[in-house]
This record gives sequence, C-alpha cells and structure tokens, in this order.
Amino acid sequence: MLIKEVSDLRNISQKTLNEMFQISKIKFQVGSATCGLATGAGQTLSFLRELSANQPDKYIVDEVGCIGLCFKEPIVDLRMPGCSRIYYGDLNIYKAEKLVKSLEEGDIRKEWVLYRLDKEKFINEDEINLASDISDIYREITTMEDLNLFKGQMRIVMRNCGRINPEQIDQYIAFGGYKGLFKVLKEMSPDEVIEEIKASGLRGRGGAGFPTGLKWSFTRKAEGSKKYIICNADEGDPGAYMDRSVLEGDPHSVIEGMLIGAYAIGADEGYIYVRAEYPLAIKRLKIAIKQAREYGLLGQKVLGTDFSFDLKISMGAGAFVCGEETALIASIEGLPGEPRPRPPFPAQSGLFGKPTNINNVETWANIPVIIAKGSKFFSSIGTEKSKGTKVFSLVGKVKNTMLIEVPMGTTISEIVYNLGDGMSDKFEFKAIQTGGPSGGCIPKDLIDLRVDYEELTSAGAIMGSGGLIVMDEKTCMVDVARFFLEFLESESCGKCVPCRSGIKRMLQIIHRITQGQGEEKDIELLEEMAKGIKDASLCGLGQTAPNPILTTLKFFRTEYESHIKHKRCPAAVCKALIEYRVIPGKCTGCQRCVSVCPTHAITGPRSQAHNLDKSKCIKCGACYEVCKYDAIAGDAIILE
Amino acid sequence: MVNININGQDLTVRENCTILEAALINGFYIPTLCYHEALGFYGACRICVVEIAAPRGQILVASCAYPVSEGLIVKTDSERVINARKLILELLLADCPDAEIIKIMAARYGLIETRFPPEEEGKCILCGICVRACHNLVGAGAISLIKRGKNKAVSPPYESVTSACISCGTCETMCPTRAIDIKVFDRIKSLHEYEGRFHTQRCNICSKYHVDNEKPGSVNNWIEELQ
Ligand SMILES: Cc1cc2nc3c(=O)[nH]c(=O)nc-3n(C[C@H](O)[C@H](O)[C@H](O)COP(=O)(O)O)c2cc1C
Ligand code: FES
Repeated sequence: MLIKEVSDLRNISQKTLNEMFQISKIKFQVGSATCGLATGAGQTLSFLRELSANQPDKYIVDEVGCIGLCFKEPIVDLRMPGCSRIYYGDLNIYKAEKLVKSLEEGDIRKEWVLYRLDKEKFINEDEINLASDISDIYREITTMEDLNLFKGQMRIVMRNCGRINPEQIDQYIAFGGYKGLFKVLKEMSPDEVIEEIKASGLRGRGGAGFPTGLKWSFTRKAEGSKKYIICNADEGDPGAYMDRSVLEGDPHSVIEGMLIGAYAIGADEGYIYVRAEYPLAIKRLKIAIKQAREYGLLGQKVLGTDFSFDLKISMGAGAFVCGEETALIASIEGLPGEPRPRPPFPAQSGLFGKPTNINNVETWANIPVIIAKGSKFFSSIGTEKSKGTKVFSLVGKVKNTMLIEVPMGTTISEIVYNLGDGMSDKFEFKAIQTGGPSGGCIPKDLIDLRVDYEELTSAGAIMGSGGLIVMDEKTCMVDVARFFLEFLESESCGKCVPCRSGIKRMLQIIHRITQGQGEEKDIELLEEMAKGIKDASLCGLGQTAPNPILTTLKFFRTEYESHIKHKRCPAAVCKALIEYRVIPGKCTGCQRCVSVCPTHAITGPRSQAHNLDKSKCIKCGACYEVCKYDAIAGDAIILE
Repeated sequence: MVNININGQDLTVRENCTILEAALINGFYIPTLCYHEALGFYGACRICVVEIAAPRGQILVASCAYPVSEGLIVKTDSERVINARKLILELLLADCPDAEIIKIMAARYGLIETRFPPEEEGKCILCGICVRACHNLVGAGAISLIKRGKNKAVSPPYESVTSACISCGTCETMCPTRAIDIKVFDRIKSLHEYEGRFHTQRCNICSKYHVDNEKPGSVNNWIEELQ
C-alpha cells in the first residue's frame, strides 16, 4: 500500500492504536535493545513468545526498544486489559517463569514492579487512559511521575524508545510519526523548513553544536543538482550508546528526520553511516527502510509528490576517527578513513565531490518533532543558546547507570543525585567526565554547572555526543588522563604529525608520571605540547586530544604534583606508587584476604594479624576490597 | 584577483590559489614537507601552518591547503606559528632521527636536540609523497599507507613483494628524507625493505636498468597497457 493522503496515515494510526491499546489479553512488551539482550532479554522474550504461542487467547507479546533504565534490564512491561501498564525490572527468564505462574494465581508480584503508567502520553499531547479505574494493588505501586529517576527527564529524541515495536512502521505512525513529513511536503517550501529549524535553535548533537538550520542552508545554497545527506551513526566514544538506542528503539524517527532534511536541502540520496558493531541497529534500520519504501515514504515520488529520496546504509569498521565528517565521507567512498583539510567543507564538496550535509542521529531524530510541534515548542526548552533536550549515557560510579534525556541546562548535581541516585559506592563524588575521549573532567566545585554547550566549554570540557562518566574519590585523575590518551593514541589515524606523534609522546610522559618517574618540568612540557597539538592538528581528533590532560591539570594539578614530587598516588590507583600492607592493630585475622589473594602473598593463622609478603604482591587490590576492618591500607611509597 | 595581507604587506594574488602559493610567489618563506608541486597538498605534516584571522578568532591553518579569500590576513611567522613548527620538528626529530632534512629544518629553528626519547632509527616521516606519486603520477599503486596511528607505515599490499611495483624508482626519487632506497646490483633491482627483487634489462633509450620485459608488471608492459 502507498500512503498518499493524510487520511491514509490517520487510518493506519487508528487501526494500530486499537490493536495496541484495546487489548483483551495479557500483553507483555520486552525491551530487546542491545542493553536488554546483553542481560538476558532474549531468553525472557523467547520464553514469553512460546507462552503466547501455546496460549494465544491469553497472552500477547511484543518487542520494544530501550526505555533507558539500563541498570534494570531485562525490563518487561505488562498490561492486563483495562489496567495500568506496569514495568518489571531484572526480569530474567527464571523470574519471568515465576511471574507467569503467579499471574495465573492472580498475583502480579508487586515487589518486582518498578513503576506503573496510567496514561500513555503522546508527543502531540494526546493521551490514552490505560486504566479506567485503578485497583488497590496497583495504587500501592509508584507511578512513573513519582519516580526520582524520571523527574526532570523529558523525552523528545527518545519519545518512542521502549514504547513501540521498532520493527513495525505502523506503530511509529500510530504514535504520531510521519506527520511532520506530510506537513513539509504538502504545506511548506524548503526555505520555510530551514527557517523553522533555524528558529527552533537546534544545534548539532554530534559534538560541536553547530546550528543545524544554518548548516542545512549552506548545503541548500551550494551549487549543483546532486546533493547528499548523511546520518552520522558512528558513535565512537567509549561508553556512549545514545545513538545506538535511538536506532534500535525508533529507527523511523531518524528516517523521517532525514526525509525532511533532504526535502529542505534538495538532496535525493542519503547514507546512514553505522558502525558494524551495531548489528541490531543495522538490522532494524534495514527493516525500517524496507517498510518505509513499501509505504512510498522512501523512493521515487514520496507521498505522490515530486520529491524523491532514498537511503543507503554504509557500514563502518568501528574507527573512532571515522566519526569525523571528512574521514566518514572518505570511508563511504571506499578510501581509508582519514580526514582531509577543510575548506572545502562538505557543504561545498563532500561525498563523491557533491554538496553534502552531515548530521548526527540525535539531531535527525529531533527534526520531526520540531516540524510537527513547531519551533516555538522546541525553543521554549533549554537555555538561552542551547535549546531542546540532550540524551546522555550516565555511567560510572552512580547507582543508576542509564540513558537519560533532560532539557539543556539541567545541572550536574540533578543528574548525578536525582536521576543517578547518587554514588554507587561509599566514596564521594569527585568529578564527572563529559564529551567522550576528547572531553574534560568537571570537578566537584562545579557540580551546579548547567549542562549546555557554552557552560561545558567554559569549564574546559565539551558536550561531545553525550557520555557522562561519574567518578568518585577512588579515581586517580592522572590515570583518567592516561586512559583517554591511550584511547586516542590507538584511534588516531596517524596522518598528521602533531596528532600521531604528539599524542604518543604525551602518553609517554603520562606513563612516566604514573610510574613514579615524572619530573618537575613534565607539567610544563605537557602544557606546551597541548598548545601546539591543538593548534596544528589536522582534524578535531588532534585538536581536542589534549583536553583530557588540560582539564585534569586545570582542576587537579595537585594530583599531578603529588605523583611527580612525592611519588604518591592520592587515590591509590597507580600501581607503581602504592604498596599494600596489613595494619596489625586493626587486623582481626579473619582470613578473608588470605582466601582472595591470587598469589598467596598474604598468610597467617586465623585470629592473628596476617602477614603480607611484598615480593609476591601483584597489587591487584583484592585484599583491600574485601577487608572489613580497614586493616589493609593502600599507602604510598616514597621513592628515594 | 583577491587582496590579502601577509605579514603586514598588502598583496594582490590570483584567485583560487593557496596561501602557500601566494606566499612563495611574493617571496615569503614557508617550510613544507608533505606538499609537492606535482602532487598538490595532503595536509599531513603541518609544518606549513600559518596564523590567519578567522571569524572564530586567530587560528592556525595548513597554508598548503588553505585557499586565499578577499581580505585574508596571514602571519607566516608569529610566535604561535613558530611554536607549532618547533613542536612538529621536535617530534619528528625523535621519530625519525636519521632524516637529514628534518635535522636541517630543525636547526633553522634553533633546535638541535629533542626532549623526547628518540627512536633507534627511522627516516620515513609518512608524508605520503611516495604513495601519492605511485598512485597519481605513475598509476601503479604498488604502495600505500597501511595501519593507523603510531603504527602507520608505507607498504606494498600485505607487506610483501608485489607484482604491481614496476621498479620505476619514482618513490625513491621523490622521497624528501631518502627513506626509500632502491638498490641496483648486478642488474637486479630491489625495493628496499620489501625484498622484491626483479631481473632487469638495460633500456636502450635511457640506458638505465629496468625490470625484465617478460615479467608481468614491468615498465614496458605497463606502458603497453597504458596505450
Ligand atoms: C574525532 C571525531 C569523532 C567524531 N565522532 C562522531 C560520532 O561518533 N558521531 C557523531 O555524530 N559525530 C561525531 N563527530 C562530529 C562530526 O564530525 C560532525 O561534526 C557531526 O556528525 C555533525 O553532526 P551534527 O551537526 O548533527 O552534530 C566526531 C568528530 C571528530 C573530530
Ligand atoms: S606541507 Fe602543508 S601540511 Fe605538509
């Protein structure tokens, strides 16, 4: 069937909403994005599928994407006819089996439920009441709105993630999808679309925060009849998975965004550049593209208009530098993934020498909402210069490691303490790392910093693509710099000298420092190198590579100094600088450390202070972690 | 023609030329390594950086690749430029201790020693001239840049002998640091490092030794193919 009129869209929407919400059976939805699958959602899903195959009049099962609560995966939601939707966390196959048994006995296993949802709210502000009447048992369950980890979140990019089946285009349409495309094709001129995006204040979510409307206008104005648009789904930052979740949970939002962009820019061909390590995202994109073609949303004469556009998927081999736009273009062209000098910018001469517009996954996913709800809605969210929301992957030493989407300008403390529910271990917050490998570390003093492009840049960090790594007092900042520099060293393409050789040499110095061989002049040398590398490097990778060192030097200089001058690692991380010893007065001789020591370095009979043989100790820290009496101290050694 | 300013001097230069071309024509010295007249720019060595006034402030750009535009203000030897060049040379001194041209260039900036622990040996600065010449001028495509980051290297496919090499010696001739060394001994040509050895015959026009006609990929076969 080809969709040509708004009424076609409405019919699909009505029919699908009925199917989805007017249910007469018990309906399970299993979060089966990669984060879910990694924790066993696949088994839960096949168990439930089998159940519904055996008892088709009683159970139905569907798949959805990631709702963001990664620390509670596998997440399964359940809805009985006429009831609120309830969400179960940690529902592995064993618990799922038990749950089904209990359900048969009329028990919903309230203690496993994370929260309940009474109303399904749509991005266009429609609502569907899930429960006409909320029973007492349900009342005892917290609502989604009351849960701290949702307070302050706002879903625009992830509007459908975890709520629809990403492999069903009808469900995307039912949730208001492809309305924006209709609006632009039938009612707006390309210039009007660009003006609308400009007015929304949307800035690129791929890192640099370049105004999206302005970028589109460059490519639109560029000479030439053949133009390309590209979706950058390379997502190379370690620990970041926002883009993957969007592609796995709601691929059509990106496709619709790209269709709108292509119309505005005048492109008839688009590429989605995804890393090959994202097989599920690629699979779901392929399905989504096929379904969109079947409805006439992609291909010749989209929706019966004169506008034609088609999409191809290009797989990257997982090189961080291929996220840089000129390297990405080279990679699609089949050349080595090396950046080239700009100008010419891709807007003038990009893919195959044609004007090309590149945007990040999240940027594209915002577009349909801006068009459907208007630029005013979008620009009312956020701070003065950073509008809308941002998806972050919150990881590290927080209790709730998850994907969050918050309005720009949310403070770090809100993110860490409300959404993240504070620190995961007994140690205090020390810093938060933003912006991926070439971002920076923001210290405790700046915990009230509002997260937007300007504020992060002023603190020496960057927004980057949205990784947030929380670190506690047990993190050594020199070691953090080492970690990111090591990543950058191995991911540098090696084309230009300052990046290839400069990072290598900075890393050598950092290695020396962490090994207690630092010299006083090292800090100065690092600072001098950082300047030159930033100035002279060819692409963004090299130009930002010194950031991990610069921000840690800026806020944690004393830590470098104590490594260098006193040969001490205050956080007791750098192995060469620490030595474990047993404090006899505190040791009760419980033998816990004796049993965990992999090299049998600790010996001693029960109830007597133990003995630690330093020549056998490999400084793994296992004893330190299990000691309940603080009897083992990770102490610095002084190198003479 | 466009009007630009280099080191305080107002100049009128050809449109579409690069800062480097404009500077050289007007007598300003800018060092280069990876740029070659016959190959154009590559933008890898960064030794040619100059400071320009851009909308987002003063920035350094590679002059060999940056096109001039009306009103462009360029400084070819500001302190920032010199510092960047010195850092690059110091890095190269450590990475390629045997490259004479680097030593000479570095000495020009007053650099004799490097603060970084030097490699034991090394000449190749990975400027890519040999590779580009082999691909773009000769058309043989026998060598390319392989691997990435600090492991990047020039190599024939699979780091072994390749029949694509026609032993023309262009790479050797063009290498600025003499890192490639094609040896001719007893009428056998050998590509340094790659251990490819080819029987040669003396050319009756230029009297140099070239690879045996019979061998696939030899110079004469190559020329025939091109025709
Ligand atoms: C080393 C490097 C890696 C990058 N990696 C990514 C990436 O993984 N994803 C991305 O969207 N942008 C990445 N970027 C930014 C892109 O070059 C480009 O600015 C972005 O895709 C533009 O999209 P936007 O305007 O929507 O942000 C990277 C840039 C650099 C310099
Ligand atoms: S000469 Fe310009 S970058 Fe090498």
